Amino acid sequence: MKAVTNYVKSLFLFELLKGMKLTGKYFFRKKFTVLYPDQKAPVSPRFRGLHAQRRYPNGEERCIACKLCEAVCPALAITIEAEPREDGQRRTTRYDIDLFKCIFCGFCEESCPVDAIVETRLYEYHFESREGSVINKQKLLENGERFEEQIAADRAAQAQYR
Amino acid sequence: MAMSEEQTITIEVDGKQLPAKPGQILIDVTDEAGITVPRFCYHKHLSVSANCRMCLVEVENAPKPLPACATPCADGMKVFTKSPLARAAQKGTMEFLLINHPLDCPICDQGGECELQDVAIGYGNDVSRFSENKRVVADPDIGPLVATEMTRCIHCTRCVRFGEEIAGLRELGATGRGEHTKIGTYVKHAMTSELSGNVIDLCPVGALTSKPFRYTARAWEMTQQETIAAHDSVGSNLYAHVRSGKVMRIVPRENDAINQTWISDRDRFGYAGLDHEERLTQPMVREGGSLKTVSWDVALNKAAESLANMKTHPDEVMTLVSPSATLEEMYLAQKLVRGMGSNNIDHRLRQIDFRGDAADPQVSWLGVTLDDLERSDAVLLVGSNVRKEQPMINHRLRLAANRGASVMSINPLSTEANCTAGPSLVVKPSEMVKTLQALASAVGAGDDEMPVSDEIRTIAERLRSAADAVVLLGNIAVSHPDYSIVRDTAARIAEATGCALGIIPEAANSVGAWLAGAVPNRLPGGKPVAVSGRSVNEMMTPPPQCALLLGVEPMADVARGRALVNSLRGTESVIAVSAYVSDALMEVADVVLPMTPFSETSGTYVNAQRDMQSFSGLVKPKGESRPGWKILRVLGNFLELEGFDFESSEDVCNEVIQQCDDSLPDMKVGQSGTGVSKIEAGGVEATPYVPAYSVDAVVRRSEPLQSTEDARCVFRMHPQTASIHGLTDGNWAILRQGENHCSAKIVTDDELCEGVLVYASQSGDLMWGNSEIKKAETGVIS
Repeated sequence: MKAVTNYVKSLFLFELLKGMKLTGKYFFRKKFTVLYPDQKAPVSPRFRGLHAQRRYPNGEERCIACKLCEAVCPALAITIEAEPREDGQRRTTRYDIDLFKCIFCGFCEESCPVDAIVETRLYEYHFESREGSVINKQKLLENGERFEEQIAADRAAQAQYR
Repeated sequence: MAMSEEQTITIEVDGKQLPAKPGQILIDVTDEAGITVPRFCYHKHLSVSANCRMCLVEVENAPKPLPACATPCADGMKVFTKSPLARAAQKGTMEFLLINHPLDCPICDQGGECELQDVAIGYGNDVSRFSENKRVVADPDIGPLVATEMTRCIHCTRCVRFGEEIAGLRELGATGRGEHTKIGTYVKHAMTSELSGNVIDLCPVGALTSKPFRYTARAWEMTQQETIAAHDSVGSNLYAHVRSGKVMRIVPRENDAINQTWISDRDRFGYAGLDHEERLTQPMVREGGSLKTVSWDVALNKAAESLANMKTHPDEVMTLVSPSATLEEMYLAQKLVRGMGSNNIDHRLRQIDFRGDAADPQVSWLGVTLDDLERSDAVLLVGSNVRKEQPMINHRLRLAANRGASVMSINPLSTEANCTAGPSLVVKPSEMVKTLQALASAVGAGDDEMPVSDEIRTIAERLRSAADAVVLLGNIAVSHPDYSIVRDTAARIAEATGCALGIIPEAANSVGAWLAGAVPNRLPGGKPVAVSGRSVNEMMTPPPQCALLLGVEPMADVARGRALVNSLRGTESVIAVSAYVSDALMEVADVVLPMTPFSETSGTYVNAQRDMQSFSGLVKPKGESRPGWKILRVLGNFLELEGFDFESSEDVCNEVIQQCDDSLPDMKVGQSGTGVSKIEAGGVEATPYVPAYSVDAVVRRSEPLQSTEDARCVFRMHPQTASIHGLTDGNWAILRQGENHCSAKIVTDDELCEGVLVYASQSGDLMWGNSEIKKAETGVIS
């Protein structure tokens, strides 16, 4: 009996029609894809995109070279070197993130006691050489300056959940 | 046996029966049993102060919790370390400690290795209930080695007790009471103790941290590797903390027989010189008057060629070996030279007088073990500023003195000793011999009757009456122009009084050099040579045809530095195996083979008490440099000498051990007879010594050590002598003797003899005796 039903089903291409029905349903529905890059999908305030380093409003960099992000990074993407700055404060002399290694888990941001290293909403970036994948402290601080308003707003919005 | 069984009692801790001695401190018993009791102020090598209250435990029938570090055990005592009462007490203490302690661990250099941080995880609250202002304390500057952040201090007073009990200097102390207590130097000054770095390890929080290491690495980033100290003859056991191919810092490794838990600042901060910009990283060969970088092949060929030419006249070879070189390097160097038929090899670079060579002991060493030294009843130091020369030996002497032993000295300079208990004579350098001969005559071992002063009589009396006594010859005695007479007299004194005789070895492998045969009159294992080779001085005149320098900086490492450089200028080919560039070396060298310092090679050091301690390399050799033993092995192969097929440094070490007798020889000095005194009296008598931070190539390049007070070169004079020459404190002066000269500022010191000038010789040349001193406008010598 089962063999007969299968034979009839395959003879009339029943499976195909079933598939066509689903396709047809979506064909006439309202589209939810966007025309990237002209249009962009909405991004969550918790989005974990390109990294940035923040400064305090007075211009002082936040990072204190505690190296917790370096320690927590599961991909070993962060390299930090530190020494006392002229005024005796603990500061980094090198802060590199290798974006090839980075898995964008956001642990660095979570471990940071001073909210210095953050992940921004930016996901559109490229580099043209292998070395370009390593972004240094200066680049990170530039990112921070560029997106500070957004970063600050996102952190404020999420503060109650952290 | 029955006695000791009787003396064992049993206590119960957390339901476990533990054996203890009556009166033993409770925390020692729990530590032995592996029961954790939190503590900050307790340290097993310091006295008990019981002020942090962290180790409170419940003891049955005691009305209140008791501090485990100050509670003696009694039979049948029942202790609860984790009962609700004990826990409440510990948690309460923790909360109080954290009231004034900043909670900014991320910026603290102790973060990750902090006792307070660790204990707070177990005993602290999650949230601070303290909302008032925290106390803030200003940070005193206590020198270039120790960084302070006194706001973090929890007043455990370990550093204070260390200063009083171990370093012998009350440099740090607590002032004020309660919340106003501050730890600091009472008067603003830098810490001068040669052991000051130990407070960094002792401090349970981040109040005292290492200045050179400050903020450069975290505890979790580094790997910990075992090594041996390379800058003095104690061979302290160390851990090196290494991160990505660089030694980041050095900390002590516990070894009760050698360094206990302490190390000297020289061993702790010497590492800063390892990666100095003067490191040699490329082989070089002289072509047309200047040194050119070449490949290893070319350089080794050139070196082997020069050495091969010497096979026909081996007596014109000079081989100088640094006493800080490893046993393997020394052994291969002597094997190479002896393979060519010469005995001209020496490591005694800072010795001037070799007249006593025939009476040399089989192996020159401390004569007693460090533990025996600590247990001795009387010690006579001859020509030794032991506190700065060998800080860990001085530490043992101090422990002996604290126990009631007499630590006496006969010195040509005043020594800032911190353990003198008995007469300490400061004599003119030209009167060293006379003073010792007077002592010899007082103990009945003198050739002639000599007038004996009261102090000398006291020394004689104490040496004679002590059950265990030691006569130690220090580094200053060894570099004295009359060393042979000094040693001979000291040997006779020791024999007459039944004391042990010891020579304090100068460098990490001075004793190893005797075992490896890096002496003209000893084969490996300390066996005598049939026809002895030439000593350092004899090799210089006439200039040798070929010289092999292993880790030697001709100016700074050699007592007759200038003479050596002059001699090497006339040498046909100078092969320098060295880790560092130095002006004199670059001027005379024809082939430069870059060697690694101790941190990048495996090897063995033999310390003052003859412990053979092997270590492995900590990091990879820098640039093209190679371990010394590999360079020498390849040179041996190039020269087609027998027995140079070693595959590892252990192979070399094993061959040395095979050649040593099972029991190493006692320290026995033969009779060399009294010679004529070579030191010239009169004028201003110069007394040179090698300052603590100029002893070897690595420490000379350690920037933190060079910025300490101890690295400063000054001329010390009796105020009266200074005024005769128109000099006062702070004047610049030039000291001249023949073609040697050096300049420094004058410091007056009324403990010195009149007519004597004591100076720290950083340039290497040791000027002894009659010299000329002149006032100068500046430190520049025209």
